[in-house]
Amino acid sequence: MAEAQPIMREVDDVKLSAIDLRAEYAESGVEAVLDELDRTLIGLKPVKQRIKETAALLLVERARKRLGLAHETPTLHMCFSGNPGTGKTTVALRMADLLHRLGYIRKGHLVSVTRDDLVGQYIGHTAPKTKEILKKAMGGVLFIDEAYYLYRQENERDYGQEAIEILLQVMEHQREDFVVILAGYGDRMERFFESNPGFRSRIAHHIDFPDYADDELLSIADVMLEKQNYGFDAEGRAAMEQYIALRRRQPHFANARSIRNALDRARLRQANRLFETSDGPIGADTLSTIVAADIRASRIFRNEAGQESEARQLEGAS
Amino acid sequence: MHITQGAFSFLPPLTDEQIARQVQYCIDKGWAVSLEFTDDPHPRNTYWDMWGHPMFDNPDAAALMLELKACRKVYGDRYIRLVAFDSSHGWESVRLSFIVNRPAVEPGFRLERQETAGRGIRYTTRSYAAGRPAGERYG
Ligand SMILES: Nc1ncnc2c1ncn2[C@@H]1O[C@H](COP(=O)(O)OP(=O)(O)OP(=O)(O)O)[C@@H](O)[C@H]1O
Ligand SMILES: [Mg+2]
Repeated sequence: MAEAQPIMREVDDVKLSAIDLRAEYAESGVEAVLDELDRTLIGLKPVKQRIKETAALLLVERARKRLGLAHETPTLHMCFSGNPGTGKTTVALRMADLLHRLGYIRKGHLVSVTRDDLVGQYIGHTAPKTKEILKKAMGGVLFIDEAYYLYRQENERDYGQEAIEILLQVMEHQREDFVVILAGYGDRMERFFESNPGFRSRIAHHIDFPDYADDELLSIADVMLEKQNYGFDAEGRAAMEQYIALRRRQPHFANARSIRNALDRARLRQANRLFETSDGPIGADTLSTIVAADIRASRIFRNEAGQESEARQLEGAS
Repeated sequence: MHITQGAFSFLPPLTDEQIARQVQYCIDKGWAVSLEFTDDPHPRNTYWDMWGHPMFDNPDAAALMLELKACRKVYGDRYIRLVAFDSSHGWESVRLSFIVNRPAVEPGFRLERQETAGRGIRYTTRSYAAGRPAGERYG
Protein backbone atom coordinates (compact mmCIF):
# COMPACT_ATOMS: atom_id res chain seq x y z
CA MET A 1 0.00 0.00 0.00
CA ALA A 2 1.26 3.39 -0.93
CA GLU A 3 -0.10 5.24 2.09
CA ALA A 4 2.27 5.30 5.04
CA GLN A 5 1.30 2.73 7.62
CA PRO A 6 3.33 3.91 10.53
CA ILE A 7 4.32 0.67 12.15
CA MET A 8 2.31 -2.29 11.00
CA ARG A 9 5.05 -3.36 8.67
CA GLU A 10 5.23 -6.83 7.27
CA VAL A 11 7.75 -8.58 9.42
CA ASP A 12 6.80 -12.16 8.71
CA ASP A 13 10.05 -12.85 6.92
CA VAL A 14 12.14 -11.70 9.86
CA LYS A 15 12.46 -14.18 12.69
CA LEU A 16 12.13 -12.16 15.84
CA SER A 17 12.89 -13.54 19.24
CA ALA A 18 12.62 -10.48 21.43
CA ILE A 19 10.93 -7.13 21.23
CA ASP A 20 11.87 -3.93 22.97
CA LEU A 21 8.55 -2.49 24.12
CA ARG A 22 10.16 0.81 25.12
CA ALA A 23 11.65 1.25 21.69
CA GLU A 24 8.36 0.29 20.04
CA TYR A 25 6.60 2.85 22.19
CA ALA A 26 9.02 5.58 21.25
CA GLU A 27 9.00 4.65 17.58
CA SER A 28 5.22 4.52 17.25
CA GLY A 29 4.81 8.20 18.09
CA VAL A 30 2.26 7.23 20.71
CA GLU A 31 4.29 8.96 23.35
CA ALA A 32 3.92 12.26 21.55
CA VAL A 33 0.15 11.93 21.42
CA LEU A 34 -0.12 10.95 25.07
CA ASP A 35 2.15 13.80 26.08
CA GLU A 36 0.10 16.28 24.17
CA LEU A 37 -3.03 14.87 25.73
CA ASP A 38 -1.48 15.37 29.15
CA ARG A 39 -0.40 18.89 28.42
CA THR A 40 -3.42 20.32 26.67
CA LEU A 41 -6.18 18.63 28.61
CA ILE A 42 -6.52 19.59 32.25
CA GLY A 43 -7.57 16.91 34.73
CA LEU A 44 -9.39 13.86 33.28
CA LYS A 45 -7.05 11.54 35.20
CA PRO A 46 -9.14 8.37 34.85
CA VAL A 47 -9.67 9.03 31.16
CA LYS A 48 -5.99 9.53 30.47
CA GLN A 49 -5.25 6.40 32.47
CA ARG A 50 -7.67 4.32 30.39
CA ILE A 51 -6.20 5.67 27.19
CA LYS A 52 -2.70 4.74 28.32
CA GLU A 53 -3.88 1.25 29.21
CA THR A 54 -5.46 0.86 25.80
CA ALA A 55 -2.24 1.98 24.14
CA ALA A 56 -0.27 -0.54 26.22
CA LEU A 57 -2.66 -3.32 25.29
CA LEU A 58 -2.30 -2.57 21.61
CA LEU A 59 1.47 -2.41 21.79
CA VAL A 60 1.62 -5.75 23.59
CA GLU A 61 -0.82 -7.34 21.15
CA ARG A 62 1.37 -6.19 18.31
CA ALA A 63 4.50 -7.50 19.94
CA ARG A 64 2.80 -10.87 20.48
CA LYS A 65 1.77 -10.99 16.87
CA ARG A 66 5.30 -10.34 15.71
CA LEU A 67 6.65 -13.08 17.93
CA GLY A 68 4.13 -15.51 16.54
CA LEU A 69 2.14 -15.90 19.75
CA ALA A 70 -1.59 -16.39 19.73
CA HIS A 71 -3.21 -13.01 19.41
CA GLU A 72 -6.61 -11.64 18.71
CA THR A 73 -7.31 -8.24 17.30
CA PRO A 74 -8.90 -6.55 20.30
CA THR A 75 -12.32 -4.97 19.97
CA LEU A 76 -11.89 -1.27 20.39
CA HIS A 77 -15.39 0.08 20.04
CA MET A 78 -15.85 2.51 22.91
CA CYS A 79 -18.37 4.53 24.77
CA PHE A 80 -17.61 7.90 26.34
CA SER A 81 -20.11 8.93 28.93
CA GLY A 82 -20.13 12.01 31.07
CA ASN A 83 -21.89 15.23 31.81
CA PRO A 84 -22.02 18.12 29.35
CA GLY A 85 -18.73 19.81 28.62
CA THR A 86 -16.46 17.21 30.18
CA GLY A 87 -14.34 16.83 27.05
CA LYS A 88 -15.81 13.78 25.32
CA THR A 89 -15.76 15.21 21.83
CA THR A 90 -12.31 16.63 22.35
CA VAL A 91 -10.86 13.29 23.48
CA ALA A 92 -12.53 11.35 20.64
CA LEU A 93 -10.66 13.47 18.14
CA ARG A 94 -7.35 12.60 19.78
CA MET A 95 -8.31 8.94 19.99
CA ALA A 96 -8.46 8.62 16.21
CA ASP A 97 -4.93 9.94 15.91
CA LEU A 98 -3.69 7.61 18.61
CA LEU A 99 -5.25 4.49 17.11
CA HIS A 100 -3.76 5.38 13.76
CA ARG A 101 -0.29 5.72 15.22
CA LEU A 102 -0.70 2.36 16.89
CA GLY A 103 -1.49 0.89 13.51
CA TYR A 104 -4.92 -0.18 14.64
CA ILE A 105 -6.80 1.79 12.04
CA ARG A 106 -5.39 2.34 8.59
CA LYS A 107 -6.28 5.97 7.96
CA GLY A 108 -6.91 7.76 11.24
CA HIS A 109 -9.65 10.13 10.17
CA LEU A 110 -12.69 10.84 12.31
CA VAL A 111 -16.20 10.92 10.91
CA SER A 112 -18.41 12.68 13.42
CA VAL A 113 -22.14 12.12 13.09
CA THR A 114 -25.41 12.48 14.96
CA ARG A 115 -28.80 10.88 14.38
CA ASP A 116 -29.63 13.08 11.40
CA ASP A 117 -26.63 11.83 9.44
CA LEU A 118 -27.63 8.19 9.86
CA VAL A 119 -31.39 8.08 9.95
CA GLY A 120 -33.57 8.86 6.94
CA GLN A 121 -36.88 10.64 6.58
CA TYR A 122 -38.88 7.93 4.85
CA ILE A 123 -38.95 4.18 4.25
CA GLY A 124 -35.87 2.97 2.40
CA HIS A 125 -33.90 6.13 3.10
CA THR A 126 -32.08 4.99 6.22
CA ALA A 127 -30.08 1.99 5.00
CA PRO A 128 -28.28 3.79 2.15
CA LYS A 129 -27.66 6.80 4.37
CA THR A 130 -26.14 4.72 7.15
CA LYS A 131 -24.09 2.70 4.67
CA GLU A 132 -22.68 5.83 3.04
CA ILE A 133 -21.50 7.04 6.44
CA LEU A 134 -20.05 3.64 7.29
CA LYS A 135 -18.10 3.58 4.05
CA LYS A 136 -16.76 7.02 4.76
CA ALA A 137 -15.63 5.89 8.22
CA MET A 138 -13.80 2.78 6.96
CA GLY A 139 -10.16 2.92 8.00
CA GLY A 140 -10.96 5.50 10.66
CA VAL A 141 -13.20 6.29 13.61
CA LEU A 142 -16.96 6.74 13.52
CA PHE A 143 -17.95 9.08 16.33
CA ILE A 144 -21.65 9.05 17.15
CA ASP A 145 -22.44 11.96 19.43
CA GLU A 146 -25.52 11.65 21.64
CA ALA A 147 -26.02 8.12 20.41
CA TYR A 148 -29.25 7.66 22.39
CA TYR A 149 -31.15 9.78 19.89
CA LEU A 150 -30.81 6.85 17.49
CA TYR A 151 -33.32 5.01 19.59
CA ARG A 152 -36.77 6.44 20.15
CA GLN A 153 -38.48 4.33 22.70
CA GLU A 154 -41.88 5.91 22.20
CA ASN A 155 -42.00 4.99 18.52
CA GLU A 156 -41.29 1.37 17.70
CA ARG A 157 -41.42 1.99 13.97
CA ASP A 158 -38.79 4.69 14.19
CA TYR A 159 -36.21 4.47 11.39
CA GLY A 160 -33.45 4.76 13.99
CA GLN A 161 -33.85 1.07 14.70
CA GLU A 162 -32.81 0.26 11.17
CA ALA A 163 -29.64 2.32 11.51
CA ILE A 164 -28.86 0.57 14.79
CA GLU A 165 -29.19 -2.86 13.20
CA ILE A 166 -26.87 -2.00 10.32
CA LEU A 167 -24.35 -0.50 12.73
CA LEU A 168 -24.36 -3.56 14.97
CA GLN A 169 -23.79 -5.86 12.04
CA VAL A 170 -20.87 -3.91 10.63
CA MET A 171 -19.35 -3.35 14.09
CA GLU A 172 -19.25 -7.08 14.53
CA HIS A 173 -18.08 -8.20 11.10
CA GLN A 174 -15.66 -5.45 10.21
CA ARG A 175 -13.86 -4.91 13.45
CA GLU A 176 -10.54 -4.56 11.64
CA ASP A 177 -11.89 -1.86 9.38
CA PHE A 178 -13.03 0.82 11.78
CA VAL A 179 -13.71 1.83 15.36
CA VAL A 180 -16.99 3.17 16.69
CA ILE A 181 -17.06 5.63 19.57
CA LEU A 182 -20.43 6.41 21.10
CA ALA A 183 -20.73 9.47 23.27
CA GLY A 184 -23.40 10.98 25.45
CA TYR A 185 -24.56 11.85 28.92
CA GLY A 186 -24.10 9.06 31.43
CA ASP A 187 -27.66 8.30 32.51
CA ARG A 188 -29.13 8.50 29.03
CA MET A 189 -26.39 6.25 27.61
CA GLU A 190 -27.18 3.77 30.35
CA ARG A 191 -30.86 3.73 29.36
CA PHE A 192 -29.85 3.41 25.71
CA PHE A 193 -27.76 0.33 26.45
CA GLU A 194 -30.59 -1.16 28.48
CA SER A 195 -32.89 -1.07 25.48
CA ASN A 196 -30.12 -2.09 23.06
CA PRO A 197 -28.15 -4.89 24.69
CA GLY A 198 -26.53 -5.67 21.34
CA PHE A 199 -24.67 -2.42 21.59
CA ARG A 200 -23.47 -2.96 25.10
CA SER A 201 -21.95 -6.32 24.27
CA ARG A 202 -20.10 -5.00 21.24
CA ILE A 203 -18.47 -2.21 23.17
CA ALA A 204 -15.45 -3.27 25.11
CA HIS A 205 -14.44 0.03 26.64
CA HIS A 206 -16.70 2.23 28.67
CA ILE A 207 -14.91 5.38 29.74
CA ASP A 208 -16.49 7.76 32.23
CA PHE A 209 -15.68 11.42 32.07
CA PRO A 210 -15.88 12.85 35.59
CA ASP A 211 -16.99 16.39 36.34
CA TYR A 212 -14.14 18.83 36.80
CA ALA A 213 -13.18 20.09 40.24
CA ASP A 214 -13.20 23.83 40.84
CA ASP A 215 -9.42 24.17 40.64
CA GLU A 216 -9.38 22.19 37.40
CA LEU A 217 -11.97 24.51 35.91
CA LEU A 218 -9.82 27.46 36.91
CA SER A 219 -6.82 25.90 35.15
CA ILE A 220 -9.01 25.25 32.12
CA ALA A 221 -9.96 28.93 32.16
CA ASP A 222 -6.26 29.83 32.21
CA VAL A 223 -5.53 27.51 29.28
CA MET A 224 -8.46 28.79 27.25
CA LEU A 225 -7.51 32.42 27.77
CA GLU A 226 -3.88 31.72 27.00
CA LYS A 227 -4.84 30.14 23.69
CA GLN A 228 -6.63 33.33 22.73
CA ASN A 229 -3.79 35.53 23.93
CA TYR A 230 -5.66 36.79 26.97
CA GLY A 231 -4.96 36.46 30.68
CA PHE A 232 -6.36 37.31 34.12
CA ASP A 233 -4.83 39.81 36.46
CA ALA A 234 -4.66 38.66 40.10
CA GLU A 235 -8.09 39.98 41.11
CA GLY A 236 -9.61 38.81 37.88
CA ARG A 237 -8.45 35.29 38.56
CA ALA A 238 -9.81 35.44 42.11
CA ALA A 239 -13.15 36.61 40.72
CA MET A 240 -13.13 33.72 38.28
CA GLU A 241 -12.52 31.33 41.15
CA GLN A 242 -15.60 32.65 42.93
CA TYR A 243 -17.56 32.60 39.72
CA ILE A 244 -16.81 28.91 39.27
CA ALA A 245 -17.95 28.03 42.78
CA LEU A 246 -21.21 29.95 42.27
CA ARG A 247 -21.81 28.79 38.72
CA ARG A 248 -21.54 25.15 39.65
CA ARG A 249 -24.59 25.48 41.88
CA GLN A 250 -26.69 26.97 39.09
CA PRO A 251 -28.83 24.91 36.74
CA HIS A 252 -27.47 23.89 33.32
CA PHE A 253 -23.91 23.81 34.54
CA ALA A 254 -21.80 22.35 31.71
CA ASN A 255 -18.28 22.02 33.10
CA ALA A 256 -15.63 23.27 30.69
CA ARG A 257 -18.22 24.60 28.27
CA SER A 258 -19.67 26.85 30.97
CA ILE A 259 -16.19 28.20 31.45
CA ARG A 260 -15.79 28.77 27.74
CA ASN A 261 -19.09 30.64 27.62
CA ALA A 262 -18.27 32.70 30.70
CA LEU A 263 -14.97 33.72 29.17
CA ASP A 264 -16.62 34.64 25.89
CA ARG A 265 -18.92 36.99 27.79
CA ALA A 266 -16.04 38.33 29.88
CA ARG A 267 -14.22 39.26 26.69
CA LEU A 268 -17.31 41.01 25.47
CA ARG A 269 -17.51 43.05 28.68
CA GLN A 270 -13.81 43.77 28.57
CA ALA A 271 -14.14 45.15 25.06
CA ASN A 272 -17.04 47.35 26.14
CA ARG A 273 -15.17 48.52 29.21
CA LEU A 274 -12.13 49.47 27.16
CA PHE A 275 -14.29 51.22 24.64
CA GLU A 276 -16.13 53.28 27.19
CA THR A 277 -13.28 54.17 29.51
CA SER A 278 -10.27 54.62 27.28
CA ASP A 279 -9.23 57.93 25.85
CA GLY A 280 -5.93 57.79 24.10
CA PRO A 281 -3.75 54.87 23.05
CA ILE A 282 -3.80 51.59 24.99
CA GLY A 283 -1.18 48.83 25.04
CA ALA A 284 -1.26 45.12 24.32
CA ASP A 285 -1.31 44.43 28.05
CA THR A 286 -4.54 46.30 28.61
CA LEU A 287 -6.06 44.76 25.51
CA SER A 288 -5.40 41.25 26.72
CA THR A 289 -6.18 41.48 30.43
CA ILE A 290 -9.43 40.29 31.95
CA VAL A 291 -9.98 42.11 35.23
CA ALA A 292 -12.29 41.42 38.16
CA ALA A 293 -14.97 43.79 36.88
CA ASP A 294 -15.30 41.81 33.65
CA ILE A 295 -16.16 38.72 35.65
CA ARG A 296 -18.12 40.29 38.48
CA ALA A 297 -20.56 41.95 36.12
CA SER A 298 -21.98 38.48 35.54
CA ARG A 299 -25.54 37.92 36.73
CA ILE A 300 -24.23 34.97 38.73
CA PHE A 301 -23.10 37.50 41.31
CA ARG A 302 -26.55 39.11 41.47
CA ASN A 303 -30.01 38.19 42.68
CA GLU A 304 -32.10 35.06 42.17
CA ALA A 305 -34.05 36.28 39.16
CA GLY A 306 -30.87 37.27 37.40
CA GLN A 307 -29.32 33.89 37.94
CA GLU A 308 -32.31 32.22 36.38
CA SER A 309 -32.02 34.13 33.18
CA GLU A 310 -28.27 33.72 32.91
CA ALA A 311 -28.75 30.01 33.32
CA ARG A 312 -31.24 30.00 30.50
CA GLN A 313 -28.89 32.03 28.40
CA LEU A 314 -26.13 29.51 29.09
CA GLU A 315 -28.33 26.70 27.96
CA GLY A 316 -28.96 28.44 24.70
CA ALA A 317 -25.27 29.11 24.22
CA SER A 318 -24.18 25.52 24.68
CA MET B 1 -12.46 -19.72 -22.04
CA HIS B 2 -10.97 -17.42 -19.44
CA ILE B 3 -11.72 -13.94 -20.73
CA THR B 4 -8.93 -11.42 -20.39
CA GLN B 5 -9.72 -7.74 -20.21
CA GLY B 6 -8.17 -4.73 -18.49
CA ALA B 7 -5.10 -4.78 -16.28
CA PHE B 8 -3.59 -7.91 -14.69
CA SER B 9 -5.46 -10.03 -17.23
CA PHE B 10 -2.60 -12.49 -17.72
CA LEU B 11 -2.27 -13.14 -13.99
CA PRO B 12 -4.39 -15.63 -12.13
CA PRO B 13 -7.51 -13.97 -10.71
CA LEU B 14 -6.62 -11.60 -7.85
CA THR B 15 -7.58 -12.56 -4.33
CA ASP B 16 -9.79 -10.17 -2.38
CA GLU B 17 -6.79 -9.00 -0.42
CA GLN B 18 -4.93 -8.20 -3.61
CA ILE B 19 -7.98 -6.43 -4.99
CA ALA B 20 -8.22 -4.34 -1.80
CA ARG B 21 -4.59 -3.30 -2.13
CA GLN B 22 -5.00 -2.24 -5.73
CA VAL B 23 -8.12 -0.30 -4.78
CA GLN B 24 -6.26 1.43 -1.96
CA TYR B 25 -3.56 2.40 -4.43
CA CYS B 26 -6.19 4.01 -6.67
CA ILE B 27 -7.85 5.84 -3.77
CA ASP B 28 -4.51 7.14 -2.54
CA LYS B 29 -3.90 8.48 -6.04
CA GLY B 30 -7.13 10.42 -5.75
CA TRP B 31 -9.01 8.37 -8.34
CA ALA B 32 -12.71 7.66 -7.93
CA VAL B 33 -13.30 3.92 -7.78
CA SER B 34 -16.46 2.18 -8.83
CA LEU B 35 -17.84 -1.17 -9.93
CA GLU B 36 -19.47 -2.18 -13.20
CA PHE B 37 -21.03 -5.48 -14.22
CA THR B 38 -22.20 -7.18 -17.39
CA ASP B 39 -23.23 -10.48 -18.89
CA ASP B 40 -22.15 -9.39 -22.35
CA PRO B 41 -18.35 -9.47 -22.15
CA HIS B 42 -17.69 -8.83 -25.82
CA PRO B 43 -14.46 -6.82 -26.02
CA ARG B 44 -16.21 -4.04 -27.95
CA ASN B 45 -18.93 -3.69 -25.33
CA THR B 46 -17.35 -0.84 -23.38
CA TYR B 47 -20.46 0.26 -21.51
CA TRP B 48 -21.14 -2.04 -18.62
CA ASP B 49 -23.84 -1.37 -16.04
CA MET B 50 -22.85 0.72 -13.04
CA TRP B 51 -23.12 -0.68 -9.54
CA GLY B 52 -23.93 2.34 -7.37
CA HIS B 53 -22.03 5.57 -7.71
CA PRO B 54 -18.32 6.12 -8.07
CA MET B 55 -16.73 6.76 -4.67
CA PHE B 56 -15.17 10.16 -4.35
CA ASP B 57 -14.73 10.61 -0.63
CA ASN B 58 -14.11 7.24 1.01
CA PRO B 59 -10.47 7.14 2.07
CA ASP B 60 -10.29 3.40 2.70
CA ALA B 61 -10.58 0.43 0.33
CA ALA B 62 -12.83 -1.42 2.77
CA ALA B 63 -15.66 0.78 1.51
CA LEU B 64 -15.32 -0.56 -2.01
CA MET B 65 -14.88 -4.13 -0.79
CA LEU B 66 -18.20 -3.75 1.02
CA GLU B 67 -19.84 -2.80 -2.27
CA LEU B 68 -18.08 -5.61 -4.11
CA LYS B 69 -19.50 -8.07 -1.63
CA ALA B 70 -22.98 -6.65 -2.14
CA CYS B 71 -22.57 -6.66 -5.93
CA ARG B 72 -21.42 -10.27 -5.96
CA LYS B 73 -24.46 -11.23 -3.94
CA VAL B 74 -26.71 -9.95 -6.70
CA TYR B 75 -24.58 -10.41 -9.81
CA GLY B 76 -22.11 -13.06 -8.74
CA ASP B 77 -22.80 -15.00 -11.95
CA ARG B 78 -21.63 -12.14 -14.17
CA TYR B 79 -18.47 -10.24 -14.93
CA ILE B 80 -17.72 -7.46 -12.49
CA ARG B 81 -14.87 -5.01 -12.99
CA LEU B 82 -13.29 -2.30 -10.96
CA VAL B 83 -12.94 1.08 -12.63
CA ALA B 84 -10.71 3.85 -11.30
CA PHE B 85 -11.46 7.25 -12.79
CA ASP B 86 -9.02 10.14 -12.68
CA SER B 87 -10.96 13.38 -12.75
CA SER B 88 -7.94 15.66 -12.76
CA HIS B 89 -7.66 18.12 -15.61
CA GLY B 90 -6.07 16.66 -18.70
CA TRP B 91 -6.86 13.08 -17.73
CA GLU B 92 -10.58 12.96 -17.11
CA SER B 93 -10.62 9.29 -17.97
CA VAL B 94 -10.26 5.79 -16.62
CA ARG B 95 -6.74 5.15 -15.32
CA LEU B 96 -7.09 1.55 -14.24
CA SER B 97 -9.65 -1.16 -14.73
CA PHE B 98 -9.58 -4.87 -14.04
CA ILE B 99 -11.95 -7.81 -13.64
CA VAL B 100 -12.83 -8.71 -10.05
CA ASN B 101 -15.48 -11.35 -10.61
CA ARG B 102 -16.37 -13.77 -13.38
CA PRO B 103 -19.00 -16.46 -14.01
CA ALA B 104 -18.22 -20.01 -12.90
CA VAL B 105 -18.42 -21.28 -16.47
CA GLU B 106 -17.22 -19.16 -19.36
CA PRO B 107 -18.20 -20.71 -22.68
CA GLY B 108 -16.26 -18.09 -24.63
CA PHE B 109 -16.62 -16.90 -28.22
CA ARG B 110 -17.24 -18.43 -31.57
CA LEU B 111 -15.31 -17.12 -34.55
CA GLU B 112 -17.61 -16.61 -37.54
CA ARG B 113 -16.37 -16.32 -41.07
CA GLN B 114 -18.62 -14.58 -43.52
CA GLU B 115 -17.70 -15.13 -47.14
CA THR B 116 -18.12 -12.00 -49.17
CA ALA B 117 -17.56 -10.95 -52.75
CA GLY B 118 -14.32 -11.91 -54.41
CA ARG B 119 -13.56 -14.72 -51.93
CA GLY B 120 -13.14 -12.03 -49.23
CA ILE B 121 -13.86 -13.05 -45.64
CA ARG B 122 -15.27 -10.96 -42.76
CA TYR B 123 -14.52 -12.24 -39.32
CA THR B 124 -16.67 -11.67 -36.28
CA THR B 125 -16.67 -13.06 -32.76
CA ARG B 126 -19.90 -14.03 -31.12
CA SER B 127 -20.29 -14.83 -27.43
CA TYR B 128 -21.97 -18.18 -26.92
CA ALA B 129 -23.56 -16.98 -23.73
CA ALA B 130 -24.95 -13.78 -25.26
CA GLY B 131 -27.17 -15.88 -27.52
CA ARG B 132 -29.57 -16.17 -24.62
CA PRO B 133 -31.57 -13.21 -23.27
CA ALA B 134 -29.88 -10.77 -20.90
CA GLY B 135 -29.99 -11.99 -17.31
CA GLU B 136 -30.14 -15.69 -18.32
CA ARG B 137 -26.73 -16.01 -19.89
CA TYR B 138 -24.62 -17.54 -17.17
CA GLY B 139 -25.47 -20.04 -14.49
N1 LIG C 1 -9.70 19.02 30.14
C1 LIG C 1 -9.88 20.09 29.36
N2 LIG C 1 -8.92 21.00 29.23
C2 LIG C 1 -9.12 22.07 28.46
N3 LIG C 1 -10.23 22.32 27.75
C3 LIG C 1 -11.24 21.45 27.85
C4 LIG C 1 -11.12 20.29 28.66
N4 LIG C 1 -12.26 19.59 28.57
C5 LIG C 1 -13.06 20.27 27.74
N5 LIG C 1 -12.46 21.40 27.30
C6 LIG C 1 -13.07 22.38 26.42
O1 LIG C 1 -14.43 22.50 26.77
C7 LIG C 1 -15.28 22.58 25.64
C8 LIG C 1 -16.31 21.48 25.69
O2 LIG C 1 -15.68 20.22 25.52
P1 LIG C 1 -16.32 19.04 24.65
O3 LIG C 1 -17.11 19.62 23.52
O4 LIG C 1 -15.27 18.07 24.34
O5 LIG C 1 -17.32 18.45 25.74
P2 LIG C 1 -18.38 17.28 25.56
O6 LIG C 1 -18.16 16.35 26.68
O7 LIG C 1 -18.32 16.74 24.19
O8 LIG C 1 -19.74 18.05 25.80
P3 LIG C 1 -21.21 17.63 25.28
O9 LIG C 1 -21.51 16.33 25.91
O10 LIG C 1 -22.09 18.73 25.81
O11 LIG C 1 -21.14 17.55 23.81
C9 LIG C 1 -14.39 22.50 24.44
O12 LIG C 1 -14.21 23.81 23.97
C10 LIG C 1 -13.06 21.93 24.97
O13 LIG C 1 -11.98 22.46 24.27
MG1 LIG D 1 -19.72 16.82 22.57
